[in-house]
Amino acid sequence: MTVTRTVSQRRMTRKTRRLWLVLSCLACFAVATALVLNAFSSSIVFFMAPSQVLKTPPAPDRVIRLGGMVVAGSLRRTVQGQSPVNLFQVTDGQAAIEVRFEGILPDLFREGQSVVALGTWVPGKDFAASEVLAKHDETYMPREVAEALQRSGKWDPRFGKPPSAESWNTMTRNEAQASRANSGSPLP
Amino acid sequence: MMTVFGAEEGHYALALACVLALAQFVLPLWGAARRRQFLLDLAPALACAQLLALAYSFLSLIICAIEDDFSVQNVAANSAISKPLLYKITGVWGNHEGSVLLWALILAVCGGAVALLGRGLPLVLKARVLAILGGVSTGFQLFCLLTSDPFARVWPAPPDGQGMNPLLQDPGLAFHPPVLYTGYVGFAVPFAFAVAALIEGRVDAAWGRWVRPWAVAAWCFLTLGIAMGSWWSYYVLGWGGYWFWDPVENASLIPWLTGTALVHSAVVVEKRDALRIWTVLLAIASFSFSLSGTFLVRSGILNSVHAFANDPARGVFILALLGIVIGGSLVLFAWRAPSLSAGGLFAPVSREGGLVLNNILLCALCAVVVTGTMYPPFMQILTGRTLSVGKPFFDATTIPLALPLLIVMAAGTMLPWKRGHLAPVLRRLRLAAFVTALSLLVGLMMLEGILPALCAAAALWVILSSLTDMALRIAPRLDRASTWRARLGAAGQRARHLPRAIWGSSIAHIGVGVTVLGLTGMSQARHDVVEIGIGQTLHQGNLDWTLLAVRQEKGPNYEALVADLAVARNGRSVAILHPSRRDFTSQHQVTTDVAIRTNLMRDLYAALGDAHGGTHDGGREARYVLRLHNNPLAPWIWLGGIIMALGGGLSLTDRRHRFGAPMKQGRTNAAMEGA
Repeated sequence: MTVTRTVSQRRMTRKTRRLWLVLSCLACFAVATALVLNAFSSSIVFFMAPSQVLKTPPAPDRVIRLGGMVVAGSLRRTVQGQSPVNLFQVTDGQAAIEVRFEGILPDLFREGQSVVALGTWVPGKDFAASEVLAKHDETYMPREVAEALQRSGKWDPRFGKPPSAESWNTMTRNEAQASRANSGSPLP
Repeated sequence: MMTVFGAEEGHYALALACVLALAQFVLPLWGAARRRQFLLDLAPALACAQLLALAYSFLSLIICAIEDDFSVQNVAANSAISKPLLYKITGVWGNHEGSVLLWALILAVCGGAVALLGRGLPLVLKARVLAILGGVSTGFQLFCLLTSDPFARVWPAPPDGQGMNPLLQDPGLAFHPPVLYTGYVGFAVPFAFAVAALIEGRVDAAWGRWVRPWAVAAWCFLTLGIAMGSWWSYYVLGWGGYWFWDPVENASLIPWLTGTALVHSAVVVEKRDALRIWTVLLAIASFSFSLSGTFLVRSGILNSVHAFANDPARGVFILALLGIVIGGSLVLFAWRAPSLSAGGLFAPVSREGGLVLNNILLCALCAVVVTGTMYPPFMQILTGRTLSVGKPFFDATTIPLALPLLIVMAAGTMLPWKRGHLAPVLRRLRLAAFVTALSLLVGLMMLEGILPALCAAAALWVILSSLTDMALRIAPRLDRASTWRARLGAAGQRARHLPRAIWGSSIAHIGVGVTVLGLTGMSQARHDVVEIGIGQTLHQGNLDWTLLAVRQEKGPNYEALVADLAVARNGRSVAILHPSRRDFTSQHQVTTDVAIRTNLMRDLYAALGDAHGGTHDGGREARYVLRLHNNPLAPWIWLGGIIMALGGGLSLTDRRHRFGAPMKQGRTNAAMEGA
């Protein structure tokens, strides 16, 4: 067996050797591309603001990043068995969603400040967060949250600091009342 | 008082260094083109002068920080009187301006090292290499001077500084940036060699021998830097994670992957005079990725559109600089590479073949990581949808590519150059293969999931085959019956005569195996988040965590809440941990101080969350949130990194690979030949 292989290798010309090289390169990158595409279809995480989540609910098993401001005064803590449970609301000024998170909130988590939660949402239930991120300081807001707030028309980062926690609460309350009034009226 | 190391003096020295760097860029290139000997001789002197000026400038900034000169804006924004001395010094590079200056300083150190250590290099090549380094230096020193001046004054000077982010007040992070930057910047030397070779139109085995030690040195620093960063995030962030696949981390992994490929392909150039064009391209790619990694990601162009908009001048300058360096070198490559002749031939099954496979797989890995890092920002720009990819994406794409790499790695080093056969290699590895297969079976039964078992087996395969390789190389012939002592002596003799480069590569490969074993162990880690009162116990497998007490302590610029946590395994006491929580009063910021107890086989890892109910000083009804981890093999991740870097360092001490080892032809001869 060894002998035949030696002979076949000797017969290899420059061209066949190069062909071998090119083919193995192509094969490897084809595999890499397939892996990437496959992973993209299953593990991309989209960012959504609370109003978007309510308008177009994601699939129940789809992990999303929910971002917005933590509603002031909404944080409640309970204990289930030995594990701590945090409940708080996230708002983009148009709608608020209740988030449930088992674990330690990050050190920089504050009511009235921006937050991003990773998890799944089923209509009618709390947003089940597996991770809560608040890795930014008091003056910095995650870009995606800033953009979501800008899209909701409640705050534009170009015009200074974000509104205070209280004004977010009033905004959300007003929007909720307005939408209730809207749904009651026959015509928009 | 007369100041010698004041802000203005530092600023002037920086400007002087910039002018010297410009001269270092222009004069030697001119001299090489016109064959002016004295201009070529000027290059090393200019490199050393630039290094001195920049070192003076950096020292001035450090002294400003030590002396609490808050009229310097950079010091006022990042330091404070109450900060410990060590962090006053290390805080100098803990911010944008200071880190750019450090970056420039390390680049100048690289230039100085080439000037002083590269004595055996042909004169023209050396001058051109120094000129390219000078050119890159000029660009970044201009960037420093024009857009991020570390010496800018502020008026009126504030009485105290704003302090530094407490997260950065940590010895691990203090020394992480210089090491990582040395890795990044170190790839500037192979880059300069590649560009110089393209200008000269000549790449040969000697070029490979000159480039390789610089690439290996940069690779060692980058490996250590990444390991330190990962360790820092493990014990400082308090999440028990070691790698978050965030853009800043990926930015260091990408040049590491191409750098690893470069270190291997340079061997082929040196030994077999093949893969020359490819190696030049890898050298350019490694430095380009280092550059774009440090500057694109950190300056926030990709990460955050707002950081870019906040200071358009800085962003545009960086883009222009990257465009010139990367674009320029790639254009030069496209223009000159076809003139480089194709190298030697080799069969698919050979040492070269194995190294080519290594390069292909590493580049595929690199492509995958680049895609995962760049796709979200590009989709953001193109479609306006914000999305992100995380651990699931990178796990699904990198592991299937890393597994074949690990499997090939083992056999590759045992194949002969030019043409080889797999059968004899596999025959020599049969014991290693048997043990690996056995461990795979055990792994499948013991570990959760098939992938971790496969990874663990592959890592073991790498370690065992490297050990087998070394054992066979030093094993004395067993043809005559000799005493144990004589055999051992003979083995020692052979071990001493074996080239250090071979020892180095085997050790580095073992390091890779150790790291992969650590990663596999961490995939089996277990953690619980609990809220318990004093005296209560959490049962976690065979571990019992009991909260004994919580007390308050006062630090230099913070107040801490410290817990006493007893850990027992199967009822026997193992350790008492003291996780704490620090409240930095000046910044209204809280950090978690993790307690870790390791026995090298597993880490007990505890973080203290906040307190609820009752009084903070340990009232009866007070309850505390704790995050308790049991991390098997965690230290192996970083231990493997250290072993890899040690292996690289050992191969650097090989007589044949010392920087600028003398070449065969005479010096002046080669100089004229190269010009």
